[in-house]
Amino acid sequence: MIPNYLILQALREPETLISLSLPDWDLLICQARRANLLARICLLLDERSLLKQVPPKPRQHLEWSRVISEKHIQAVHWEITQIRKALEKVGVPVVLLKGAAYVMAKLPSAKGRLFSDIDIIVPKGSLSVVEAALMLHGWAATHHDAYDQRYYRTWMHELPPMRHIKRKTVIDVHHAILPETAALHPDSAKLLAAAQFLDGYDDVKVFAPADMVLHSAVHLFHNDQLDQGLRDLVDIDSLLRHFSRLPTFWTDLSVRAHELGLMRPLFYALRYAVHFLNTPVPSGMMEAIQNGRPNPLTLFFTDQLFERALLPAHKSCSDWLTGAARQILYVRATWLRMPSLLLARHLFHKAFISPKPE
Amino acid sequence: MNVSALTPSELKFRLKKAGIYLQTGSFTTHLKTTIPSVAEGIGLLYADYPLVEQDCFADFHISLTRPRNLRRWFKPQVLFLFDGNTIFKPLPLDQAFPMLEWGLNWCVSTHVNHCLMIHAAVVEKGGFAAIMPAPPGSGKSTLCAALVNRGWRLLSDELALIRVSDGKLIPLPRPVSLKNESIEIIRRYEPNAIFSRKVADTIKGTVAHMKAPADSIVRAAEVVQVAWVIFPKYQAGATACLETLPQSRAFMRVADNSFNYSLLGLQGFKAMTNLIDASLCYDFTYSKLDDAIEIFGALRPQASNNHHVYANEL
Repeated sequence: MIPNYLILQALREPETLISLSLPDWDLLICQARRANLLARICLLLDERSLLKQVPPKPRQHLEWSRVISEKHIQAVHWEITQIRKALEKVGVPVVLLKGAAYVMAKLPSAKGRLFSDIDIIVPKGSLSVVEAALMLHGWAATHHDAYDQRYYRTWMHELPPMRHIKRKTVIDVHHAILPETAALHPDSAKLLAAAQFLDGYDDVKVFAPADMVLHSAVHLFHNDQLDQGLRDLVDIDSLLRHFSRLPTFWTDLSVRAHELGLMRPLFYALRYAVHFLNTPVPSGMMEAIQNGRPNPLTLFFTDQLFERALLPAHKSCSDWLTGAARQILYVRATWLRMPSLLLARHLFHKAFISPKPE
Repeated sequence: MNVSALTPSELKFRLKKAGIYLQTGSFTTHLKTTIPSVAEGIGLLYADYPLVEQDCFADFHISLTRPRNLRRWFKPQVLFLFDGNTIFKPLPLDQAFPMLEWGLNWCVSTHVNHCLMIHAAVVEKGGFAAIMPAPPGSGKSTLCAALVNRGWRLLSDELALIRVSDGKLIPLPRPVSLKNESIEIIRRYEPNAIFSRKVADTIKGTVAHMKAPADSIVRAAEVVQVAWVIFPKYQAGATACLETLPQSRAFMRVADNSFNYSLLGLQGFKAMTNLIDASLCYDFTYSKLDDAIEIFGALRPQASNNHHVYANEL
């Protein structure tokens, strides 16, 4: 069982925060800042009209972070306008992924979010025209090393990240949600076919609700970088709460997970969302995705790992095994991305042949 | 209780164990370190700053530590940790105290978004503040150090914090950072000034920090109306000259020196407009500090300043 860390209390029951002592606030702010969730907590309190009851010092920190998040969200709108302009003549609708999708679809997961890049997905066949169009409009490739180029283009599910020369913003152009070399192969064509136009747009789409949740789950449970883990889990929690209003959402979700072969990541997503954030999941749902449940021994170990690594990387949320848990999950994620021989070759190249960054 | 109430060994012990909650201006920093040169620098330059002892809430949790690697034994280094995480690349151990100062500036300049933050020295006299934004090398800190040793109150040597809600400047008096020749110039100019040990070969050359005047520290909570924006430029042999700057130019140049002008969006634009409207803006070239003191002494706020109504209040 997961102890009641302040950061989890803040996300589960924001209304209880007003009774915190100053030293508790101090700790909560450190935890939330590490997890990139400070602005979200500010908004959760503000929605409940409780922000004014927070003592002035901690309130200031919450408000500082909100300024940053507001700027990020404004910048995402502008960036998407620019991307649409760049891809106007390509004739493929832009399908937004993750944070950018949440912002544009006005989903509650967008609240208080910070951004480092924008992710889009296009059909594999359109990759080169999309890349060319982006280059014409000022985005340039970031990885110039020949090996890195091959790594992305042959094995990964995205182009090497492209950075805009003037704005320095980064776009990741995907053609799938998992690498070509991964064991799981959700069919991109199916995901794209079900994508829905945003209200008021005829050139921008987002994934259908079930697919959005599945992608978020895949992203979190196949990711080698877990320092944003809790934030990603908050996304999942928030998507589930929001979409559960749709009458057929839960059935759609389990049917779609079967269809795309993504039961395992969905199982983990639901399990840990419930554990950490008390997400309301209908009782039949866990049974419906029993196929995704690993054997008890694996599950025992996975619990040990994720219950540590999904917490903020702050000493107050760490024990003596946390560091090891993060390391093991890093190796696990890399292993899930590539078959072992290819992985060995990749690591060998990275260790001994690739030029070292300065 | 001020830092000076602790003996050097008590201070060292506290810094090592629980850390101290140091009050600088309106911010509280929780600082931990085992590095002797940092404890020494704190004891010397922060002697007059209050320690927060109860109901501790720290705005920033920082520590300076030595990385645990082999270099420990032949080329020792220092790390600056914020919330337990590395922010900058390690520096030579000798630069630990300057790193603390730079790190404290970073803490403020990356977080404090209820203020428009400008990279500038700020001094006050007669209830009005002069902001001196300038790129490194223009002699802003030298001029600032001279002014605060001649009756001006130190508001900040690095960061002008202009509160977005009412346009008032929030003081953050901390040690004044001096570089290269400036160190000796100010030592000769004010023999009583207290300096930290010189540290050579930093990214900014040789640096030393000058203790903030005690009166500035005591009055750190008094916010101030800005009356002047002055871009100083040291020019060897030049006659001191104050030249009026058009508001539009001043606006753009202050924006160039701001940390969060664009982050604040519309709020930033409004705050900047109000700041420039309330201020007389000048380019200032000088070579002799005494001339500079004289010219600054003759500054008068613009007539409308006392009646200036802040746009947000309308």
